[in-house]
Order: sequence, then structure tokens, then C-alpha cells
Amino acid sequence: MHTQGRDRTALTQPADEMSKSERPNPLFRNLNAKVASIPMILTAGVVFVGGTLWTVLYSFTNSKLLPRLNFVGLDQYYRLWVTPRWLISIENLLIYGAISLVFSLVIGFLLAALLDQKIRFEDTFRTIFLYPFALSFIVTGLVWQWLLNPDFGIQHVVRGLGWESFSFDPLYNSSIVIYGISIAALWQGTGLIMCLMLAGLRGIDEDIWKAARVDGIPMWKTYLFIIIPMMRPVFITTLVIIASGIVKVYDLVVAQTSGGPGIASEVPAKYVYDYMFFAQNLGQGFAASTMMLLSVVIVIVPWAYLEFGRRK
Amino acid sequence: MSMANTNAPTIAASQDNAGPYGPKPRRVFSRRNIFLYGTLFVIAAYYLLPLYVMVVTSLKGMPEIRLGNIFSPPLEITFEPWVKAWSTACTGLNCDGLSRGFWNSVRITVPSVLLSIAIASVNGYALANWRFKGADTFFVILIVGAFIPYQVMIYPIVIILREIGLYGSLSGLVIVHSIFGMPILTLLFRNYFSSMPEELFRAARVDGAGFWGIFLRIMLPMSLPIFVVAIILQVTGIWNDFLFGVVYTRPDTYPMTVQLNNIVNSVQGVKEYNVNMAATILTGLVPLIVYFISGKLFVRGIAAGAVKG
Amino acid sequence: MTAANGTSVSIQNLSLNFGAVTVLETLNLDVANGEFIVLLGPSGCGKSTLLNCIAGLLDVSQGRIFIKGKNVTWEEPKDRGIGMVFQSYALYPQMTVEKNLSFGLRVAGTPKDEIAKRIARAAEILQIEPLLQRKPAALSGGQRQRVAIGRALVRDVDVFLFDEPLSNLDAKLRAELRVEIKLLHRKLQNTMIYVTHDQIEAMTLADRIAVMKGGVIQQLDAPQTIYNRPVNRFVAGFLGSPAMNFIDGQVAAGTAFKTGNVSIPLDRYAFDAAGNSGGPCVFGIRPEHVAFGEAANTMPFATDAAVEIVEPMGSDTLVWTKLGGHNFSFRVEAEKTLRNGEPIRIGFDPARASLFDSQSGNRM
Repeated sequence: MHTQGRDRTALTQPADEMSKSERPNPLFRNLNAKVASIPMILTAGVVFVGGTLWTVLYSFTNSKLLPRLNFVGLDQYYRLWVTPRWLISIENLLIYGAISLVFSLVIGFLLAALLDQKIRFEDTFRTIFLYPFALSFIVTGLVWQWLLNPDFGIQHVVRGLGWESFSFDPLYNSSIVIYGISIAALWQGTGLIMCLMLAGLRGIDEDIWKAARVDGIPMWKTYLFIIIPMMRPVFITTLVIIASGIVKVYDLVVAQTSGGPGIASEVPAKYVYDYMFFAQNLGQGFAASTMMLLSVVIVIVPWAYLEFGRRK
Repeated sequence: MSMANTNAPTIAASQDNAGPYGPKPRRVFSRRNIFLYGTLFVIAAYYLLPLYVMVVTSLKGMPEIRLGNIFSPPLEITFEPWVKAWSTACTGLNCDGLSRGFWNSVRITVPSVLLSIAIASVNGYALANWRFKGADTFFVILIVGAFIPYQVMIYPIVIILREIGLYGSLSGLVIVHSIFGMPILTLLFRNYFSSMPEELFRAARVDGAGFWGIFLRIMLPMSLPIFVVAIILQVTGIWNDFLFGVVYTRPDTYPMTVQLNNIVNSVQGVKEYNVNMAATILTGLVPLIVYFISGKLFVRGIAAGAVKG
Repeated sequence: MTAANGTSVSIQNLSLNFGAVTVLETLNLDVANGEFIVLLGPSGCGKSTLLNCIAGLLDVSQGRIFIKGKNVTWEEPKDRGIGMVFQSYALYPQMTVEKNLSFGLRVAGTPKDEIAKRIARAAEILQIEPLLQRKPAALSGGQRQRVAIGRALVRDVDVFLFDEPLSNLDAKLRAELRVEIKLLHRKLQNTMIYVTHDQIEAMTLADRIAVMKGGVIQQLDAPQTIYNRPVNRFVAGFLGSPAMNFIDGQVAAGTAFKTGNVSIPLDRYAFDAAGNSGGPCVFGIRPEHVAFGEAANTMPFATDAAVEIVEPMGSDTLVWTKLGGHNFSFRVEAEKTLRNGEPIRIGFDPARASLFDSQSGNRM
């Protein structure tokens, strides 16, 4: 996707130079494009780079209510990693992440494979599987909070059918609350994965399917040994998309449990927000957000290397 | 694909005008079809269930909710919860319902969508057709920045907004949305403009058109679909935002999502589940309408915008 | 039409509709054992569709298909005794060449030593032994297509189906592989059904060509017959490059073809059984059947003309002129130098021409 634009530069710039008789200040060459790019330059330079560096820098200070450059070394990080709430947040994130990755990939692929069977009403089914993705995490969280309400929701209904001992109250049980949140997250997000997978499946040469049929390979074996290996790039991209979404999980937890019961469903993003804006302990918030950044770097860098590094 | 099971009768070989003729008979209720459509219907029901429960709950009175089960349709339909959710539900001290949040969200979404798309389209055009030295570097930073957790950049932006006096105002939030919408939108537009035939751009330059002339008269008229995709992406994304709303606005300027959360999760008073569900539907209505109207374009939008997480 | 000894593939009254669209219309085709049949036609003529029906990849709407005397109309592709080679090769990209060749056999539960034997044989025939451990991505286009043929070969089947196998290759490789496929056929003596839109492939490979258009076989004949005695104007125009000259005119009963001020005697022309009905018709003659200069005067028909455009093509030169007001081309040796506007004499033997009814386009 990079090449075309590059070719074009080669063509346009000489024309630029020729149109002006005396050699102008290079700063003003292609001035309109530079003006048009000011928002991007500011965003990239000031907010993304500047803001990130600023936060990382201040994570080494003991800033409380206001940011102050009073360096305390790794103190904030040390405190972070002994705070039970942070440890629970990390544990929750790992569980939530593992569930999201595995189940959204599996369910997303299975749904896509089902829709790829030349079925009738494909558009209708796709619309139904995808609509939750249009809803916000807040709406998603509140609906599932209601469905999982032990006094009125699914547990109540099943008990009403006569199964008195039935228990399904994930949002009120600290040992399984993160699974309850994952249910809502999967409901909201699998449609997207399905769409990406379906696009991947549709991108596969139909002759491959024909060849497999002539070879007499059963459908499930064709998927498992031929199609899925062929879709490796789609899986990797999808994985990155899911992973970067996992780290950001915040609104869903706020809406469903507000981190409760107790601190059983806390997540890092919420930790950051609470320490920055409620606990008035900016240093902790900065340290926690820097840890989030680090986790993203760990996911993104190998991927970026695989995706773009090898091509060059 | 290979499975419609039929018992093809064994035919004495080498006989003319005998044996299987025409299409292989396929039973509508073959095992494969029952399995396939059965699975699809069950899953579809699962996906539709929350929407259904939301709607029926919002149409019941509280006594019926306490007695009945959440899946049963309302015995007596009432729209009172909807009215209450819209105009009198309380968040903290304000008791003027979600309507305030709705109008706040409108006032946030409309300018944010316009501003972010205006900036990103011009920028994408500049990146695609008018490269200058260093443009690539900033573009790469921008795209990489899309993966940085927002939490890392939240506080510096608070400081910036405070310095320019926009912290807590709707305009401040509009700027924030424009900033964070920029990576994906710029990528979207840049790729779109790059895929346009190069001759078009060259011909326009030969005809003497400049930066803005080419953009307004040639590129814009040809890029309606990508603008629609961008609008879908931004309207749903900004409307559904919670984090920026809660960080950068004050209670009287809270967007709808924040207000909804405050209504439903407020600890004071008796929980009115029907009002809560009505409020939830109301909040989800705008993106749902966008979704159902836009259809395939939405799919294209999210495929492009998926990076945004 | 019994599926007896001689017949390998027999297609009887085959039709295929997609909804209201008819793709194939009441087709009949018998392919003899060991015969090389080419299905030739422009894109959308139904030739690939017909091949997919034979392979069992598409359900037919009507009719029957016999392979080796067995009615396979409802059989799965794998049970039809066919192997198929695709335009895009359709190799399984994550598997080595050896795995590509063996995958179908392993799934079918063929014994290991039998698989090894068949792979060794296929690899030897196709000369791909050194490539067996490579993945398709590491192969050139020609090598990939060889592996694709190998995959059909190891199935040890009677009928090979080729779906435009050479279309993705460049011209030079195409010519090479064309020869190889021909040698392969000679060696294996299998029945081969080969789909292409390339008339040269069709002419060089086929025992018989089936020219298709609009889901109907227009003509099924040996290549030379199709070339020299096309049954209708479509077949005449589709085969041959440079294309046949077509001249609109009138034919008076049994006497001569008239266009403008030119009259071509038809007493040497062999009319079809239906005979000469007269009326408006199209006269067709191939550029290479036109004589020029001295030789023209020995022809039953000769006339004066003037050179309009000269197109040197390397091996020979195509000269454009006018005949009775119509554009008319003919071939001369490459050595001949002609100037524009130069007066020339051209002639031909109407016995080598084709006459088509203007209305139906059928040969007269």
C-alpha cells in the first residue's frame, strides 16, 4: 500500500520545482500540503510522542494531585506491583485476554465458516451476528448486567422452571466475575471477527475448493489442513486487533460491575483512571499506564516485525 | 459442500437412458441442512436475545418485572419507562433524564465527525498525492500511535486542554475525538486516494489545478463512498465513546453513554429496571439505526476501523 | 451412442440453468477412449461450466454423464475417475510438492508404499523429482502447473480434465508446456478434455475440437476440418489469426457471388447438402488462401487491387487492400516489399472459401 504514493512523489516534485523560476525556501515548497498536515504533525508529534514520553517521564515522579518533577526512581512501579488491586487487574486482564483471544477466534471462524456454506439468508444472519458490535460497551455491559442479574435474569428464570438449586450469578461471584464480563465482551465482539474471517474465506481461490473436492478431501479436513493454513495472515491481523482491544477494556467493566464485587473485576485501564482522577495519585496512574503501554509494545512489535520487517 | 447425502441407486453400468438423470436430488431436510440451519438459528437467537430482553423489559411495569421472568413478553405494554428515561430519570442532582445526554452527544458527535473527517481527508489527500519530506515519518508515528492505550495520553491532553481553556467543555472533547480519530481516518483516506488513477491527478496538474482545486473539484466528487464509510465509522465510534466523555467533560456536558451509566449504576433510590432498559435502548438506538441503514458499508467501515479497537 | 468399448466420456442431453439463465443447452458429446478433446470458445460460452459438470463440481439441471460406461451424474467428483488441473494451479500453498501430490491419496487411505510408488512415477514423468520437498511459493509458474498435473496423475484415473491450464503463464512457457502436455498424452494415452480460449492450443493439441458459443457446441470436428470447413460464421471468425476475410454480398442461384462490382464464380464451391438457396450471404476466405502476383493469375478467380496498408508480422506480412469495397487482407512472404498504393493482382480458389447465410450465419 506504500508503493503507489511513493511513485507519485517522484513525478510531482520535479514539476513543483520547475514551476518556480527562482529557487524558493525549501520550507515553503509544497506549502499547502504542509499546512494540511499540521493537525497530523501536531497529533503525532505533540500528543502521541510528546504525551507518551511525558507520561513515561512522570511515572518516575511522586506526583500526587498535580504533576511534579520530583523523581523517585522506580518507586511507583515497585508500589504498583505490590498493590493487590493492580495484581488482580493484571490477573483479570490475562484471563479476559485468553478467553477473548481463544473464543473470539474460534467462534468467529466457525460463524464465518457456517456463513460460507452458500446458505440462504446469509445477509440476515450476518446482520444479526454483527449488530452487537454497533453497540457501545456501556450498552452491552448494562444489558448483560440485567441478563445476569441473579434475582431477575437467567438464574431466576431457570429456577422458576423448577431447578431450584441452579446457580448462575457470575457478576456477583468474585471468583468468576471476569468470566461474566467475558461473556458480554464475546457477544459484542465476535461479529467483527466473523466479518474479518469471512472476508478471508472469500479471498480464497475457489479452485482450491474444487481441487480438494476432486481429491476427495472431506470438508472439515479441507478447512483444517488447507484453508486455515492459507488464512494465516488474516489470523495474525485479527489476533492483533483482538489483543489491542483487550488491553483497552474499561467501559465494559465500569458498566457491568464497576470493578466489583469488591475489587474482583478490576482491570488495568480502570486502575489508571481511578488513580489519576479519583485517588489523586497521578504517579501511580502514570506508572500503571506505562505498564499498559509496555504490554502493547510486547504484542505489537513482533507483529509489526513479521508484517512489515520481512518485506523490506 | 460435499455432503448432501442421497442414496444414489446403483445402476447397471453402460446402459443408455437409464440411471441418474438431471440434478442430484437434494432433500431440503438433509442432515447437513438441519445441522447447518439449526446451528445458525440457535446462534442467531442467542445474539438477538439481549435485544429482545431489553425491549420487553422496557415495556413492562415494575410490578410485572418483579413477578415475571425477563423473557416473557409484557402482559401490559407501557411506554412510561421510556418517557421517564428520556425526561425525568435522575443522575446525581439533575433529574431531566437522558435527553440532556442525548443533546450533548449530538453536540459532540456532529462537530467531531465533521472536523475529524475534514482534517483527515485533506491530510490523507496530501499524503497520497503531495508528499513532502518527513510526511512519512509523521504518518508512521500516527499509525503506531493508534495502538498506544489511550490511558497513556489522557493526562497530557488534560493539561493541554486546561492550558487553552477548553478542559471540561464540549469543544475540548471535539478536539480529543478529532485527535484520536485521525490515525484510522487518515489511513482510510490516504489508501483511497492512492488507489485512484494517477493519470487523473497528473492531468489535473497539467491543466493548472492546484492543491485545493484538485481536492475540491476532482478528488471529493469521486470519493463519496469513502466519506460515507468514514461518517459511519465516526458516528458510531464517537457516539459510543465513554472514556473520553467521562474524562474531558463535566456532569452538565456528559455525553449520553456516561449519563446512561450514571443513571443505571447510581446507588441511590429504588432500581427501576424498566427505565434502565429503556434508557439503554435509547442510547444504543443511534448506532443501531446507522448500522441497519448502512448495511454493507458498515462492514467495510469496521473492517477498516477495526484497528481502532 | 452406447457407452461401449470406444467411449470414455459420454454426455447426453446435458443442460444447466442458473435460475432463468441457461448456461448449457441440451448438450451431447461422446469422447473416445484416449481421445484429446478441446473445448474452445470465448469467455462465457460455457466451456468451463461443461468441464465442471463433467468433474461433478456442478450439478446438472438435466441429462446424464457417463464415464467409462458408468452413469456418474450423481457421483461425487472423487468417485468419477477423473483428475483435474486448474488455471490457477490450486496447489495447497502450505504443503510441500510431495504433500500436495499425496494428500488426496492419504485421505483416501491408500497404502503408504503405493502412494510412494505413484508419486515417484508422476515425478519422473513430469520431471519434478528435485522439487518434491519445496513449497509451491518456491516454484515458477511452469513448475507449479507441472505439479498440478502431477496431482491429477497420481490419482491414477482414466480421464484428465484441464481447465485453461496454461492461461496464467507467459507466452514462451505456454508454448513449452503445450508441447509437454501433448507428449504426456502420447505417453499416457488417457482421455483428456481440455478447456481453452486459445485457438493455437486447441489446434495443436486436439484430436477433435468442440467450438462452443452460448452454451451450445457449434462444431465438433478434427482441427483441420474446423479450420477449413467451419459450419458457421462464428466458428469461421473465431479460428484463425489473422482472421478470415468476410465479404457481404449476394449469391445468385448456383452461379456466382456478387459484391459491389466484383463477381466471384462459385462453380468450384462445394455447397452443403442443403444446396444453394441464393440471397444475401457472406463470403469468407482466409488470408493465407489468397494468391498474389503471378500466382494469382493461375487461380479460378483473380482481380486487380491496390495496396492500402502493409503489416509485417515477422514470419510473413499481412497486406490490406479492398475487394468490392470491403476491407480484404492476404498474406505474402516476409521478403516481399510492397509500397502503399502499389497496384497488385490477387486471386484465390473459391473451393477453399466458405459461404455463410447472412440470416442464420450457417454454412451454405
